[in-house]
Amino acid sequence: MSNPTTAERKSDLELVVTRTFNGPAHLVFEAWTRPDLFQRWWLPAEFGMTFDSCQLDARTGGSYRLVFNHPDFPQPMAFFGKYLEVVPNSRIVWTNEESEGGPVTTVTFEEQDGTTLLSLTERYPTKESLDEAIASGSTGTAGAAQQFELLDELLGTLV
Amino acid sequence: MVQFQKANLDASFAALSDPTRRGILERLGQRDASITELADRFRMTLTGIKKHVGVLEQAGLVTTAKVGRVRTCRLGARRLEDEAAWIEWYRQLWDRRFDELDSIVEELKQQHAVNPKESQEP
Repeated sequence: MSNPTTAERKSDLELVVTRTFNGPAHLVFEAWTRPDLFQRWWLPAEFGMTFDSCQLDARTGGSYRLVFNHPDFPQPMAFFGKYLEVVPNSRIVWTNEESEGGPVTTVTFEEQDGTTLLSLTERYPTKESLDEAIASGSTGTAGAAQQFELLDELLGTLV
Repeated sequence: MVQFQKANLDASFAALSDPTRRGILERLGQRDASITELADRFRMTLTGIKKHVGVLEQAGLVTTAKVGRVRTCRLGARRLEDEAAWIEWYRQLWDRRFDELDSIVEELKQQHAVNPKESQEP
């Protein structure tokens, strides 16, 4: 039985997602920063996408680059940015630079009694950029409207 | 912000609780209409219709614009509904990812239990 995920627009600029994991923070951190593990959860099978490549240099000042394939994409899509701050087992902050007005994402891990509360905040530079992301159906971390449509189709069947 | 969103939702529900207002939305769904047209259609006074349109406008469900002496009403951008739907989609996206992440954390737990030397913490 999995724990619930919450999501809300916390302010004009911010989206916040939370979830509790039944394990210590260092393991959640490990799964978030090791490319071999990250690739196994970032694109669940029903998204229909696969990793073309996944480079994560998860340390302050390092950069990352994710490239996805999908049968409907004319060419692979790249998502990239820099790690502004990496505090092992506790906090990761990165930029999303594949498009203008992308958010800065902060994920924090708080361990309590062997479980970890994960909180992820996407902070957009302006209210307009978040409004636009919502209107176009994209997300800073997941990108393109095509992806939104695919997911929408998929998730529509689950609602 | 949460309270702001709640206030918005309350406004929407209040706006939709009235049959005339629901009728107005339905009518505007077909095409834009002036206050006078709506008053004729719903057999109400101009003042009465203006009140209803005002409530719908407050809730962001209708926008109005005055051209000369005619005030035209049209369906609003329904931003609230669109945004709520998007945020639910966004939540589900992370929920699916985190389900996968769950199993990886579980797997790592097993590995560290079998091989405690690799564990980063006591």
